[in-house]
Amino acid sequence: MDKRIATLAQAVAEIPDGASVMIGGFGGSGAPIELIHALIDRYLATGSPRNLTVINNNAGNGHVGIAAMIEQGMVAKMVCSFPRSADPRVFTERYLAGEIELELVPQGTLAERIRAGGAGIPAFYTPTGFGTDLAHDKPVAEFDGRSYVQERWLKADFALIKAETGDHLGNLTYRMAARNFAPLMAMAAARTVVQVSHVVEPGGIDPEAVVTPGIFVDAIVTVPHPAQEEDLNRANAYYPKVTA
Amino acid sequence: MTAKLSNAQIAWRAAQDIQDGAYVNLGIGFPEVVARFQPPGRQAIFHTENGILGFGEAPAPGEEDWDLINAGKKAVTIKPGTAFFHHADSFAMVRGGHLDVAILGAYQVAQNGDLANWSTGPKGVPAVGGAMDLVHGAKRVAVITDHVTKDGKPKLLEACTLPLTGVGCVTRVYTSLAVVDIVDGRFVLREKLAALSFDDLQSLTGAALHLDGDVADLTCPEV
Repeated sequence: MDKRIATLAQAVAEIPDGASVMIGGFGGSGAPIELIHALIDRYLATGSPRNLTVINNNAGNGHVGIAAMIEQGMVAKMVCSFPRSADPRVFTERYLAGEIELELVPQGTLAERIRAGGAGIPAFYTPTGFGTDLAHDKPVAEFDGRSYVQERWLKADFALIKAETGDHLGNLTYRMAARNFAPLMAMAAARTVVQVSHVVEPGGIDPEAVVTPGIFVDAIVTVPHPAQEEDLNRANAYYPKVTA
Repeated sequence: MTAKLSNAQIAWRAAQDIQDGAYVNLGIGFPEVVARFQPPGRQAIFHTENGILGFGEAPAPGEEDWDLINAGKKAVTIKPGTAFFHHADSFAMVRGGHLDVAILGAYQVAQNGDLANWSTGPKGVPAVGGAMDLVHGAKRVAVITDHVTKDGKPKLLEACTLPLTGVGCVTRVYTSLAVVDIVDGRFVLREKLAALSFDDLQSLTGAALHLDGDVADLTCPEV
């Protein structure tokens, strides 16, 4: 078994119009910039995929990564907890113009809904959001004298995530806080595509150190020196490059 | 206008109640300042929602690693004992009762412990982040805030008028004028600035302040 794919273009080739796509990252940490930009390249060349539902903690920053997807018009709906950033204008303008839908989910509920999706748990109860505007239409139940809100699992057609090291079988380790949502999204998507900075033979990762076991991973593509979204934004980068 | 504590002094006062070894989450923005005022000899372990426990201070400019950030997306550092984990584990720490203290900002706090700190109404783009999770699960949920709004209206109220973050979740409020506990649906005054009379403080508070034993002077150094 070998889950390696040769190119970024091949890695994102199967995502169709209307797909739901979980994208790893919290702000710039863990954002799979190269996979996102490969998807934008495909859209610019072919007009597809469009009408996507994107699940991420945020809704893009600046003009790269998810913000660039939104700017190109590929995204119909964002599912996120915090659609603000240092430069959230791309999302904000489209949202206020009614051109993009927003499902706002508390951050921990978002994480647990994704985990539940990956774990085969269709719904769960959480104290988060009880009595607030974000839960007014959800079932409520009392356990041991406290009130809890029923939340449903969240699954997706695809997950695009970034990891530090992967082996041919898809076992993954992450780098510091770039881990965030990635191990959950890897479980919850029908097809999980990973960009890794380093690829190793099976056995190259200590079994004790594996964070995401390869069963949750479908494809890995090597990006040896991945761009960091925060660095791109500090350089006022645009994707694709603005030409005169 | 009565003298009041600066934001740094409010943060200093809140820091005095954090015990050695406590697991603490500080909300983004103003509450992050609390970390600067740990009393000598005490070492809290700070949690950040994006998946770090026991992180260190900000790095020197130019030394940032943007895979190593806090929930406010500011660069932090690792130190001996730092742990990384994914988001579901992070919020298990939050909701599962494993944090000793969460310290948050507030637009409004009600006498029953309701908190409003995420939305000022239906205008613009709504954003909640981890606020609604953080108010549930920590053993103590404390608020640090100015006692009144910028235009002088009370922030401690009988009932919140802004969208709620959580119901009945706040246990103590540190303000620019006082320290107030929430006990059985009432504000109980614990400390106030010595120069401020009870009646003056009550007039700046949107719900009845109750007494339960002595009220101590609220004193803070210049920080």
